[in-house]
Amino acid sequence: MKKHEKFMQILFFISSALSVCFILLIVGFILTKGLRPFVEGDYAFWDFISGTRWNPSDNPSAEMYGVLYMIVGSVLGTTLAVLIGLPISVFTSAYLAEHASEKMRKLIKNGVLLLASIPSVIYGIFGLGFIVPIIAKFSPQSQGQSLLAVTVVLTMMILPTMIAISENAISSVPKSYREGSLALGVSKTHTTFHVVVPAAKRGILVGVVLGVGRAIGEAMAVVLVAGNVSGGLPTSLFDKVRPLTTNVVLEMSYATGLHQDMLFATGSVLVVFIVVINVILSRVIHKMGAVE
Amino acid sequence: MKKIVTLFMAVVLGFGLVACGTTPAEPTQPEEESATLSGEVSLSGSTSVEKIGIALGDEFMALNPDVDFTYQAIGSSAGVKNANEGVTMIGTASRNIKDSEKELGMTEQVLCYDGIAVIVNNAVDVDELTLEDVQKIYKGEITNWSEVGGSDVDIVVVSREQGSGTRGAFEEIVGFEDELTVNALLADGNGNVHATVKSNAQAIGYISFTTINDEIKPLKIEGSEPTVENVLDGSFKVSRPFNIIYHDANLSDAAKKFLQWVQTDEAKDIIEDKGGIAIR
Repeated sequence: MKKHEKFMQILFFISSALSVCFILLIVGFILTKGLRPFVEGDYAFWDFISGTRWNPSDNPSAEMYGVLYMIVGSVLGTTLAVLIGLPISVFTSAYLAEHASEKMRKLIKNGVLLLASIPSVIYGIFGLGFIVPIIAKFSPQSQGQSLLAVTVVLTMMILPTMIAISENAISSVPKSYREGSLALGVSKTHTTFHVVVPAAKRGILVGVVLGVGRAIGEAMAVVLVAGNVSGGLPTSLFDKVRPLTTNVVLEMSYATGLHQDMLFATGSVLVVFIVVINVILSRVIHKMGAVE
Repeated sequence: MKKIVTLFMAVVLGFGLVACGTTPAEPTQPEEESATLSGEVSLSGSTSVEKIGIALGDEFMALNPDVDFTYQAIGSSAGVKNANEGVTMIGTASRNIKDSEKELGMTEQVLCYDGIAVIVNNAVDVDELTLEDVQKIYKGEITNWSEVGGSDVDIVVVSREQGSGTRGAFEEIVGFEDELTVNALLADGNGNVHATVKSNAQAIGYISFTTINDEIKPLKIEGSEPTVENVLDGSFKVSRPFNIIYHDANLSDAAKKFLQWVQTDEAKDIIEDKGGIAIR
C-alpha cells in the first residue's frame, strides 16, 4: 500500500515537471535562436527593437528588421479587444449567473462553447469575407484590412474564454452575499454590480489574463485581416498593422539565414511580452486578494 | 455496440484476408515486366511547383508502383539548399537559379514555364497596363487609378509575403526589388491574394496563371493577354521558369528515370493540365 502511494506520488511529480520542462525548453530554444543575430551577428538590437520597417532581402544594404511597429500593432489590438471584451463578458456572465432562465442559460452557454471551439482560421476567413468589406465601406482608407478588423476578430475570439471564466467566478460568489443585499431592499441589478461582481473580480481578472494571452498570441485569424504592412506605426484604427505573430507565420515557410533568426527574435519578443503580462497581472490579482 | 464491434472486426479480418490473398501473387509481377523500377524519388522546393510536382509524382507512381515519390513544398531557396545538401535528391525553384546557387555546381533542367498574371478587382475600369505602370504602382509612384486611365480612386496594392517565390519572380521581372511600397497589403499564398483582390474594388495583385478565374480580372501587359501561347512566344513579359536542380551523384535510379520521364509528352500533358506551360 505504501509502495503504491510512493509510486503515484512520483507519477504526479513527473507529470507536473513535464509542463515546466516544456516551457523552459520552448523559452530557451526561442531565446537562443532569437538572440543569435545580436550576439553572434552584428545586427544592432536597438535597430531591431526600435525600427519601423521590415524588409528581409538578399541585398544586405536594403535589409531591415524593425519590429517596433509590430509591437505597437500587437499591443493595441490586444488592449482594444480586451477593453471591448471585458464589459461584454461581465454583462453576459452576470446575466447567465443571475438573471437568465434555465432554458436561456443553456442556450447561451452552448453558443459560447461553440464559439470557443471554432478553429481560429475560420474566424480569419469570416473576418476577411465579412468584416473587412464592411470596414472598407466606411473607412477613410481604401482597404478594410486594419487595426479595427484585427480588434473585432480578436474580441470575438476571446469572448468565450472570458465569459466562461467570469461566469464561473460570479456563480461561485456565496448566495448569502446576494441574500444580504436583497434583504436590505437593494435592487437585483444594484446587487449584481455592487456586491456580486466586486466579489468575483479576481476570477474576472483571471479571465482577462487568459484573454490577453489568447489575443496577443493569435496568428492564423489575424494574418488574414491585418493587412501585414512592411512598415509604419499605426496612427489610426483604419491603418493596416502587422502584429508580431503574423510576422512569424507569414514568412517562416520561406525564411533562411538571418531572416529566419530574425523571425525567432520576433518570437522572443512575443514570449517576453507574454511572460511580463502574466507576471504583472498575477501580481495585481494577488494584491487584490490580500486587500479583501 | 457489440454488433458494431463485430462488424468492424469482420471488416478488418476481411481486409486482412484480401491482403494475404494478394501477397503470393506479387512476386510474379516483376518477372513479367522485367526489372521493375523501385526506390525513392524525393523532391522539395517551390510551393508554386507543388501542384505540378505532385501530379507528376502521382502519375509516375501509378506507372511504377514500387517507387516512393515525395514532394515537400518549402520554398524555392530551401529546395535548392536541400538538393545541394542531399536532404532530397531534387530541388525545385520557381525562379531563375541565382548566381550564388549556380556556384554549387548542380545540374539544372527547366521543367516548364509559369506566367504570373497581374489581376485587378472586376470593378476596376482599367484593362491594360505597361510593365512600367505595374512597376510604378508597386513602387508607390502611381497611387491613383486615374493616372493609368481609370476612375479617380486610390489603388490598393496587394503583394505576397517576403520570401515567396512568386513575389521574388514578380519583383525581378517587373523590376522593383526591395522597393515595394510600404503601403502594400501583404497576403500569404495565391489564394489569399485572390481573395483579397476579389474583396476590394480598388485592388491590384498578382497570382499564378493556375489561379485565374472570372472572379477577378487579369490585365493585359504591354498589350498581351496572360495566356500560355503568349508566354511561349515571349510576348507576355511576366513569366518565369520552373527549374529542377540536382547533383547527379545524389539521384537514385528511380529519380533518374523520373527526370527522363518528365520530358515525355505524357508528362507534358499533365503539366499543362495543372496550368504549367510545357516546352514542346
